[in-house]
Amino acid sequence: MDLSYGSVYETFRAEVRAFLQEHGHEAPTNQRDYRSEKALAWQEQLIKQGYTARTIPKKYGGFGAEPDILKTRIIADEFAAAKVTSGIGGQGIAMLVPTLLELGSEAQRCEIIPPTLRGELFWCQGYSEPDAGSDLASLRTNAYLDGDEWVINGSKIWTSSAHFADWMFCLVRTEPDAPKHDGISFLLFRMDTPGIDVRPLHDMTETRNFNEVFFTDVRVPAGQMVGERGQGWRVANTILGHERELLGDPNVALTRLNNLIQLMRTETIDGRRVIDMPVFRDRVMRIQGKVMAMRFNDLRLLSAKINQQSAPLARMIVKLQGTELRHELEKLAIDVMGEFGLAYGDNEYLRGDGLWQWNYMYYLGLIIGGGTSQIQKNIISERGLNMPKEPRVQAKAGNA
Amino acid sequence: MDFGLSEEQMALQDSINRYLDGQAGLEQLRRFVKDGDCRHVWDGLIELGVGSLLLPEADGGLGLAILDAALVAECLGAHVTPTPFIGSAVIAPLALRHVDPGLRSKFLSPLCDGTITAGVALSELAGARGQAEVTATDSKLSGQSLFVLDPRADIVLVATNTRALYLVEAGADGLQQLVHTTIDRTRSSGEIRLDNTPAQLISADPAVAENLLDIARVMLVADTLGAAQHMLNAAVAYAKERKQFNRVIGSFQAVKHMCAEMAAELEPCRAMMWYAAYALDELPHEARLTACHAKAHVAEAGTFVARTATEVHGGVGFTDLLGLHYWFKRIGFNRQALGAPELVREEAVKLQEAMA
Repeated sequence: MDLSYGSVYETFRAEVRAFLQEHGHEAPTNQRDYRSEKALAWQEQLIKQGYTARTIPKKYGGFGAEPDILKTRIIADEFAAAKVTSGIGGQGIAMLVPTLLELGSEAQRCEIIPPTLRGELFWCQGYSEPDAGSDLASLRTNAYLDGDEWVINGSKIWTSSAHFADWMFCLVRTEPDAPKHDGISFLLFRMDTPGIDVRPLHDMTETRNFNEVFFTDVRVPAGQMVGERGQGWRVANTILGHERELLGDPNVALTRLNNLIQLMRTETIDGRRVIDMPVFRDRVMRIQGKVMAMRFNDLRLLSAKINQQSAPLARMIVKLQGTELRHELEKLAIDVMGEFGLAYGDNEYLRGDGLWQWNYMYYLGLIIGGGTSQIQKNIISERGLNMPKEPRVQAKAGNA
Repeated sequence: MDFGLSEEQMALQDSINRYLDGQAGLEQLRRFVKDGDCRHVWDGLIELGVGSLLLPEADGGLGLAILDAALVAECLGAHVTPTPFIGSAVIAPLALRHVDPGLRSKFLSPLCDGTITAGVALSELAGARGQAEVTATDSKLSGQSLFVLDPRADIVLVATNTRALYLVEAGADGLQQLVHTTIDRTRSSGEIRLDNTPAQLISADPAVAENLLDIARVMLVADTLGAAQHMLNAAVAYAKERKQFNRVIGSFQAVKHMCAEMAAELEPCRAMMWYAAYALDELPHEARLTACHAKAHVAEAGTFVARTATEVHGGVGFTDLLGLHYWFKRIGFNRQALGAPELVREEAVKLQEAMA
């Protein structure tokens, strides 16, 4: 066991820090600003430095470095510590680009990856449907081939960013007679294609996080399929596990915990600081212990990745534990503030960044989204503990 | 960067586990509970080198780290082995690093070869119950220390009300060593009473006693980790065998989710135990806080696993037939010993207030 990164990495860390000190002010202040000129210029600078798109080959517009898990981690840690946005995020860069690198055609890689990395093409993901949630593979949005075009009909739900995305990567059923996992294909298309209707789906946070997207005879060139017909489930699954890990990031939880402790030091009841009240102290220490455990678990996963070892159970529990922990943490902040904790929107009494209530609700959304906690428990028990699967209910003939 | 166990560490656990599988099974455990003699298990562990784990190689020991000792503690927890491990193999050898060579050699080699055992009377450092308190006057100790681990040992390490650390020997004037029955029949615990009892000063620096308290806590953390992992494994195995409604009960989501929740709570405890043990050797500025949080957090996770694994077993889990209750009670013991979760969480706040 050796937790030091070594001098080469400490030099690298110093470089990242120096860059952030000198250029950090050039970054857009809003983490979710993906479209302004400032955001695009910052993105260009980060790619040039190798702080984003680091391992993507130069010919596809990336920095072209060898994969180095520790350097990637150092970049993430230093940007987080400096509270500087680490470039354009979203599902295009996080999910579609790695998918294309693995399974896309050369033409798709050359046409799509460079403008996506530059932030010129922003993507949304069309997976879930009203009747295909936890059982995603039962999706029914279909596409049939007409000449050299796919014609899509159906609808998607929970589609983040669809109201401003340029393109969608989408799962559609192209082989209606095949078993459900083998009848799905992975299509890419422009969001301004005729026949696409995006309607906002407001959620409990009063924010437009999601949309519903309806397709009526949407015509897509046949060359815009990734992988072969019927392989879409496999294409989608190459990167789905990665998304789950991101949802439970304990390093983000640590930042929120520090904000919470600060809040408890300043918030008073009858002139007494909340941090001095034993019941609240105990609750925050419980959470600190949990955050600590999840950070060490994360360190174990990082080490396993570097040393090419596996820690499957440690990985499988991250989404479940991480999202529940965040929900609990934000809840305590609300209890610390009591009636002030109810403040929302433009209320002048909002504390800190005013995001406690928003996060409390948003994390309930994440407990449900990205594979519900119950689905996570199925995965942990079946794949992690080798317990038997739930016996399948046989669909009756004519009712498939 | 490497945050994982080395091959040597895995081999160490393998050899301890293999020995315990053969020598400390449930039948042997029941015999120990009945007649109270577990000497042969400790002798066997001594032969494997457990007594000299933490002794520097220059002194003929294995020169291993606190993490290695914790890995052994994990094996002992997994087998709910009755041994004087924490005092004899961990706390006493480390305490003796602070004394002059003459005194050190007097106790160290008999500890290593198993001729003598050591008890731990540090619980008042975590919070004194009732009237428990030990005072020192001119190297004579008086008072009472409660919840002593292995109180009938040949030597006992005692913390005083000024957080100084002393060593008393069995048979010393005015010393009474009493064993008290607890729910955990796999451990020997009780109290010592002292009345002007001659004692050896180990260190008057509170940091020494507090560091040993942290180390003892992390040993309990590792013990709970091992015991809880055993209970989870037993629950999963049972759920895959036991049939009701023509199905193994492990195919019902209600049962699967109980097992998944246990795994989800327990798995991060493994990394937490590693880190807490590693920090005691390598990261002194984090060690106290990490030990407190590990003590509280793993106790909570362990308690959850203990009850849930019992529940997965249904009625038979409640009976003595499988002996599952020995693990349940061991985890319960570890939770209270040397600071229950609420106490150590309060310590964690105070440590951070002092740092802020």
